[in-house]
Amino acid sequence: MMKNLLEFMGVEPDRIHFSWISSAESTKFVEVVNKITAKVKAIGPNQRFVKQAAKVA
Amino acid sequence: MSTYTDTMRETARRLLQECKVELVIGFRRGSRPMMNEPCLVRKPEDADQLVWDSNCGINLANYLTNRKEKIGIFAKGCDSRNIVTHILENKVQRDQLTVIGVPCLGMIDKRKIAAATEGEILEVTENGDTITVKTAAGEKQFAKAEVMQQNCSVCTHRNPVIHDEMIADPVPEQTDVDPYADVAAIDAMDLEERWAYFDDLLDPCIRCYACRNACPLCYCPTCFVDESKPQWVGKGQDAMDVRTFHFLRAYHCAGRCTDCGACERACPVGINMRLLTKKLNKDCKELYDWEAGLSLDKRPALDSYQANDPENFIK
Ligand code: SF4
Ligand code: SF4
Repeated sequence: MMKNLLEFMGVEPDRIHFSWISSAESTKFVEVVNKITAKVKAIGPNQRFVKQAAKVA
Repeated sequence: MSTYTDTMRETARRLLQECKVELVIGFRRGSRPMMNEPCLVRKPEDADQLVWDSNCGINLANYLTNRKEKIGIFAKGCDSRNIVTHILENKVQRDQLTVIGVPCLGMIDKRKIAAATEGEILEVTENGDTITVKTAAGEKQFAKAEVMQQNCSVCTHRNPVIHDEMIADPVPEQTDVDPYADVAAIDAMDLEERWAYFDDLLDPCIRCYACRNACPLCYCPTCFVDESKPQWVGKGQDAMDVRTFHFLRAYHCAGRCTDCGACERACPVGINMRLLTKKLNKDCKELYDWEAGLSLDKRPALDSYQANDPENFIK
């Protein structure tokens, strides 16, 4: 539901991922991390929910 | 609905005289038209302050939190659902309460009336479905349906879900309404449009937190927005901080919100932040077949595990 609400507010679906990995599932961990990094790289750096640093004149 | 007033006064007086309750929570006339305010009556002779009409949109469950007295409380459909939620969350005990049910035909939206009239509003009276507004410029009449709060016009729980007494016979429930049409309209937008929509919606927010304070669900002693160690969210007007506040405020209400409308009603700049809680309500209904506050016997959706809970978001 949290993911749904973020997407409702306009956050990219591929920005946030959930997984359930046991400490014994090292292969699954590597797979999931690789998949997530690929997906997040594909949509590029986050522009949303980022606070721009105050501009100092 | 203004015809309820006499019965309410009698009921409150009787409960106080018989010492069944120590106080009665209801409404009295506010200092300006359409601004009835909550009031706590402790003496039988003060029961005559109580009034009821279509300006009682504030959610009275908000005034129950952590009280220890024996309390009589007037409850519309939505208030009663928030009372149930309060009982489930241990904020008040069922046996402390005498719930006096008030079948509700909807509350009027003061902003709609202000937008449709000119000059200062001097008096607003109602007769059945006709609302008469007297302003400095003259008199104008409205059908109640035209000026009703949006949440009331799509409400499907007008009658109290729990009650010990009733002020009047139940009113017919609305069945041909689609409570989530506005959420579906946003769902249909693409990502960019949705982001921009909420930018616009939340832009006027002044971080006054009236929406939070009006909500019976927001009873934490220190709200996350007020904490400074750690500071979860910036306290200023930065658009991202405003958005974070609204996202989290809504999310804290997930599976608990009754769409009573108290938050939107309280907002001084008229933001419809209910869209966020409604999205969660819609998801709760679709994913868990859950609507908040309908029964004392069921645990809330986000508070219980079921083997068939949706889990396709977990990769
Ligand atoms: S979030 Fe708003 S509509 Fe929902 S219960 Fe709280 S005040 Fe009522
Ligand atoms: S009541 Fe309105 S202005 Fe105040 S914090 Fe809530 S949304 Fe912002």
